[in-house]
Amino acid sequence: MQDKKKMSNYLIPDFTLSPRIDKVGVEERVARFQTRSIKSESKMQALKMALNMIDLTTLEGKDTPNKVRQMCYKAMHLHDVYDGLPTVAAVCVYPSMVGVAKKEVINSTVKVASVSTAFPSGQAPLEVKLIDTKFAVEEGADEIDMVISRGKFLSGEYNFVFDEIAAVKEACGKARLKVILETGELVTLDNVRKASDIAMYAGADFIKTSTGKIQPAATMQVTYTMLEAIRDFNDATGIQIGMKPAGGISNSKLALHNLVMVKEVLGNDWLTNEWFRFGASSLANDVLMQILKAETGVYQSSNYFSID
Amino acid sequence: MERLEILKTYKIYIGGKFPRTESGRYYSPKNPKGELLGNICLSSRKDVRNAVVAARKAYGDWSERADFNRSQILYRIAEMLEGRKAQFIDELIVQGVSQKAAKQEVELTIDRLVYYAGWCDKYKQIQSSVNPVSSSHFNFSVQEPTGIVGIIADANSSLIGLVSSIAPVIAGGNTCVVLASEKLPLCAITFAEVINSSDVPGGVVNILTGKRTELISPLTTHMDVNAIFYSGKETEIIKELEESGALNLKRIHSYDEDWNKESSQNLYFITDFQELKTTWHPIENVGGASSSY
Repeated sequence: MQDKKKMSNYLIPDFTLSPRIDKVGVEERVARFQTRSIKSESKMQALKMALNMIDLTTLEGKDTPNKVRQMCYKAMHLHDVYDGLPTVAAVCVYPSMVGVAKKEVINSTVKVASVSTAFPSGQAPLEVKLIDTKFAVEEGADEIDMVISRGKFLSGEYNFVFDEIAAVKEACGKARLKVILETGELVTLDNVRKASDIAMYAGADFIKTSTGKIQPAATMQVTYTMLEAIRDFNDATGIQIGMKPAGGISNSKLALHNLVMVKEVLGNDWLTNEWFRFGASSLANDVLMQILKAETGVYQSSNYFSID
Repeated sequence: MERLEILKTYKIYIGGKFPRTESGRYYSPKNPKGELLGNICLSSRKDVRNAVVAARKAYGDWSERADFNRSQILYRIAEMLEGRKAQFIDELIVQGVSQKAAKQEVELTIDRLVYYAGWCDKYKQIQSSVNPVSSSHFNFSVQEPTGIVGIIADANSSLIGLVSSIAPVIAGGNTCVVLASEKLPLCAITFAEVINSSDVPGGVVNILTGKRTELISPLTTHMDVNAIFYSGKETEIIKELEESGALNLKRIHSYDEDWNKESSQNLYFITDFQELKTTWHPIENVGGASSSY
């Protein structure tokens, strides 16, 4: 924390003074993103971009090495009968599966992201969280998706949350750190904004909405609030932070709305998978079906696409 | 003061809801006397897409229901229709059918629903088989629903043609997307209201109104539609069905029937939209009296 302060020449603000969010205003603004008319050529480009931004995810107790291998294969071969498709950005797995996943994608551009810090609840002592993180990094994870301690946050212990993120960031080494706010448990947009600020100042490379285990997950209102936080942080410090909405974005239409929102709030700099990701498991197939529909003029059936 | 009559807005039926067409368009068909029938939704290909998504979503539950339960629900549709007989007769008269013929058509429609309700838990008993094989297997073939059926309903009747095609299709556990008659669409939407109040799960029957020339193509090329029920004899349409159906090997059935005849109902309207599944079940003994089967 001290290092970062020195390095980047900015002051840590008082998080109790984070801007309040006008919920009604956010809803109106978000509604307008959904009315943009996207013409077919742009749509095709946006669909391919969305595919390339997906973190293909499996985070279940029943995950097996073969399930992970199969998902890694899908990540690199989305739909081989159609040429010119990108790969997804990354696969996202539990730490115990990182080794398996890394071996599969080693010769591709697909990265391995691992959730850590006692995902999804985050209810474990810091030492355990750090060991969890270091293990994933040693196994070869390129990115770490950590969860914040929502209980501590809600009881006002912002310093605790801040220090924890900073400590995990240190344990990440070269791996990029995504900080999951679990906005479904933060209740208000004011809290989402505050948690975003804490995460970014504490050293997050990405902020991420949800674990996918809690509803509601990545609503457009929440994502919009976080995008604004990223913009303000960038204005104040000159540092670019990535955004990852996760959970609930299951169809192309929603994905396109999100891309429109990113472009209009943050600009083109964020429209690459280095700075924007979708955490999703079923989105990829829907986007593929839309691309094939645009290409063939015929509505598609999920029967002709691999499940995972 | 004279009371102003409240007229019904005819909307389409998708996934158990009555939305307007997403395109916001409508058309205004007239009866033979030149009177306006109403402003009817001019559905678009996106409505077809939404309807197919709804039908697919409803398919799992509907196809796995007990046959007996499907039977009860079809009978329930008949009950509901009986209660709203007068409304349908009026609507048919507005659309140019004589009083007597209208009454006959509605009554025949109700009877037809009861007829197919009866078949729900019986057609498999009659059509499936135990097959003799020369290895140690108990070998049997049973019907399973084909999937999502696109129905292009009779263009020349408003009610009887529509119901004569929907009933056998859903009796067999399929879900369907129906294009109502373009000229005579009123009863289709009112029938949707009957379905909606008859324990039929949302999405099992989806009804669209609009131009056939516009809607047949997205319906018959759709990769998630498994079969087409075409009521009519236009060779141009049949040709189009056969061609675009080849994309995903849809079952295409065309019927040139006068649905007002009492005989225009039979078991084969059900089994045309069934797939035969044969199971080879290993047993110890080959057939015969000593077999435990």
